[in-house]
Amino acid sequence: MQPSLEPDQQLLLSTTAKFLDEFAPPAEVRRLRDHDAGFEPDYWRRGAELGWTSLLVSEDAGGGSVSDNGLVDLALIAHEFGTHAAPGPLLPTSIVAGAVSRHDPGHELVGALLCGDAVASWAFTEPVPNDALGTVTVQARVDGGDIVLRGTKRPVESAVQASHILVVAATGSGLTQVLVPTDAVGIERRSMKTVDLTRRFASVTFDDVRVPVTAVIGEVGGAAPAVEEQLQQALAILAAESVGAMQHAFDMTIEWAFNRYSFGRSLASYQALKHRFADMKTWLEASHAIADSAAQAVGAKSPDAAKLASAALAYIGHYGSELLQDCVQLHGGIGVTFEHDLHLMLRRHTLDRTLYGTPAEHRRRVAGIDQKGRNAA
Amino acid sequence: MSENALEDVESFRARAKEFIHANLRPSVGPSFGMRDVGSMEVELALVEHDRALQRALYEAGLAGVCVPKEYGGQGLTPAHQRALNDAISGFEYPGRFQAPTFSPCMAVLLDFGTEEQKQAHIPAMLRGEELWMQFLSEPSGGSDVAGALTNAVRDGDEWVMNGSKIWTTGAWWSDWALCLARTNWDVEKHRGLTVFIFPIHQAGIEIRRIEMLNGSKEFCEEFITDLRIPDSDRVGDVDEGWTVGTRWMMHERTLMNSSYVTMPAGRSEGGGRIGDALAIAAAAGKQDDPVVQDLLGELEVLELVSNALQRRLGDGMRAGTMSPQASAIGRLFHGSAGVRSGSILFEIVGAAGGAWEDEDGELAERGVDFLMRQIGSIGGGTTEIARNVISERVLGMPRERAVDKGIAFRDVPRGPSSQHSEA
Ligand SMILES: Cc1cc2nc3c(=O)[nH]c(=O)nc-3n(C[C@H](O)[C@H](O)[C@H](O)COP(=O)(O)OP(=O)(O)OC[C@H]3O[C@@H](n4cnc5c(N)ncnc54)[C@H](O)[C@@H]3O)c2cc1C
Repeated sequence: MQPSLEPDQQLLLSTTAKFLDEFAPPAEVRRLRDHDAGFEPDYWRRGAELGWTSLLVSEDAGGGSVSDNGLVDLALIAHEFGTHAAPGPLLPTSIVAGAVSRHDPGHELVGALLCGDAVASWAFTEPVPNDALGTVTVQARVDGGDIVLRGTKRPVESAVQASHILVVAATGSGLTQVLVPTDAVGIERRSMKTVDLTRRFASVTFDDVRVPVTAVIGEVGGAAPAVEEQLQQALAILAAESVGAMQHAFDMTIEWAFNRYSFGRSLASYQALKHRFADMKTWLEASHAIADSAAQAVGAKSPDAAKLASAALAYIGHYGSELLQDCVQLHGGIGVTFEHDLHLMLRRHTLDRTLYGTPAEHRRRVAGIDQKGRNAA
Repeated sequence: MSENALEDVESFRARAKEFIHANLRPSVGPSFGMRDVGSMEVELALVEHDRALQRALYEAGLAGVCVPKEYGGQGLTPAHQRALNDAISGFEYPGRFQAPTFSPCMAVLLDFGTEEQKQAHIPAMLRGEELWMQFLSEPSGGSDVAGALTNAVRDGDEWVMNGSKIWTTGAWWSDWALCLARTNWDVEKHRGLTVFIFPIHQAGIEIRRIEMLNGSKEFCEEFITDLRIPDSDRVGDVDEGWTVGTRWMMHERTLMNSSYVTMPAGRSEGGGRIGDALAIAAAAGKQDDPVVQDLLGELEVLELVSNALQRRLGDGMRAGTMSPQASAIGRLFHGSAGVRSGSILFEIVGAAGGAWEDEDGELAERGVDFLMRQIGSIGGGTTEIARNVISERVLGMPRERAVDKGIAFRDVPRGPSSQHSEA
């Protein structure tokens, strides 16, 4: 998170932080472990009232942000989701609301997402052996006035709770995005297991699912630029949430180091441990910096957006895990218990580093963007 | 434009670009860090070229962007300096002047120098006439900077200095020194120091060049014997050298985003080796090897993160939301990223890292570069010291037990190897 915020951003952040302190404390997160949806509908509606779902939607479509860069504002919310390991489908709902509203500002789903009555999901990634980031094998075929989808997407967040899924599919050599109601005939949603306590994922199979072509968002076969933009937005949200998780785990571990004594002195007094905290602090600040740069660049559609977004995931994915696991290590035995809160943050970060490309995939994406630039030059 | 109105950033940028494209050469190939350049003549020619470049920038109104006009600078803002860094990216620039001449040395003079000292030296630095060195480290120790043993004794309007300084890079071709010395042995360590400036080439200073493990002889040691320094060349108050020293160290750690330093954008060391890596990968025919792709991506990620971090720290410290001690975070990142980058380059080089021929081009000498991997984690204060600063000053953790507190410096234990010239 940026070291200094505009007053309106500060307000957005503090209302969300207060709300999550009250309605998503660790005990509530633990309780939701056995909840089907992983969040209560009323909680989500109230969060939507705070602006959670409106930040990537333009004002004429009923949305709005507090600064001129809605993604930067959304990153503040995502950061708080990370510090609390908070429940709720923030990422997919934001991405779909943004994408659908850019296509059709008057679309009725947008209104339902904005007020929190509905949730939606974005289905981009696919199961093994097609799980490399960007691989799309689900087919979208035009058949008269219909478009027909075939194939499997996974993991699709909150797919069982969603009223609609925005599916990325291949049409010839191009991409098509289709907004499919989840009650369409031929959809099968199978719940998956996950490391996170409150996020829910499903494997969604489309067995010749037929919807009218009006369900296509954008152009048939022409969705690649929109998909790339949505992916970058997703990366910026994941980066911010991951840094929030790192920040909270780090703060908890600092407090522990001051209060925990061994051999008659605090852990914080041992140079061997102080140096590890210095390393962690450096990774943490670097992670904040690259997450902020990514949100700024993606939101402003600057030319380096793709590179910064992938750099953020590559760095935060790798060093975030180092930091969180070292926090576990420095807690000793209590660090690996369910009772302690540390694992809530460890879980959230661990999940986020897998959802839209691993650190290694993002390193290669950064190198590949370079290569493309050189070949073009 | 009125006298007082600042030139706007975009017209400054345009002016800088026009000058740079018309007058400077593209930067040649990858940077080789501290490689041995071969001979004294070659090194001296490179130094002269840097002086000429600095002079040319000065005459074009592009030197000392953030230095007040009364000292020969442009009186502009950090945003202008960043615009210059962007504009000069990919071109030659007077690298030897940036550190330590402009920062920390000039920065310290701006903070603590007398009006006469500033007038005498800052314009001369900006014109390319004075290259400065930091005389901090001593044979007895560099991390414990305040433990300096080099001794200065007052003699009327002069001081007489004895002792030795070490690890100065390029002292043999530099002009002036900023030097921390002990002026009082009967008080605590930090309370008996004073800062002086003096010309390096004069009777009383003998310079010995030290061969580094890669053959470079840029490292120097200076033996100081009965050197006479006028009191007007003292910086800050007598025995208040640590007040100066604290700011000095801060400038040293914030080098990477100092607004006094011109550094082509995308070349902040530590991650800025992507050009080297690409050249090596091409020479090795390994551009498309997936492992090499992964390493190239990692290098670039480190560079992008480094730039973002230095900007964040700079903004935070300027806005006062982060303490100046947060500069140690940038220092540690720079050191650690430099270490990782060095390993990545060496990995891409492959077998030619151990044995090579001159015909190997970009692959040649890389093994020797790897032997020097740690210099970025030692020079400018070690990464261990940065970790101490972060944990103790930024995170507020308990200080290490100090055996040099509350006693006169002359009674502080010194290792068996530390000979000193105590008065
Ligand atoms: C390329 C290069 C350029 C340099 N240029 C200059 C220059 O221009 N001017 C100048 O004055 N100096 C210069 N130096 C010297 C540099 O500042 C010192 O080498 C450095 O501060 C370390 O001091 P030292 O070498 O005496 O090592 P020592 O201080 O003896 O340290 C040895 C080791 O012990 C560790 N250590 C020491 N104290 C502690 C502690 N309290 N806690 C944990 N670990 C500790 C250090 O980190 C290091 O790993 C340069 C060095 C290099 C490599």
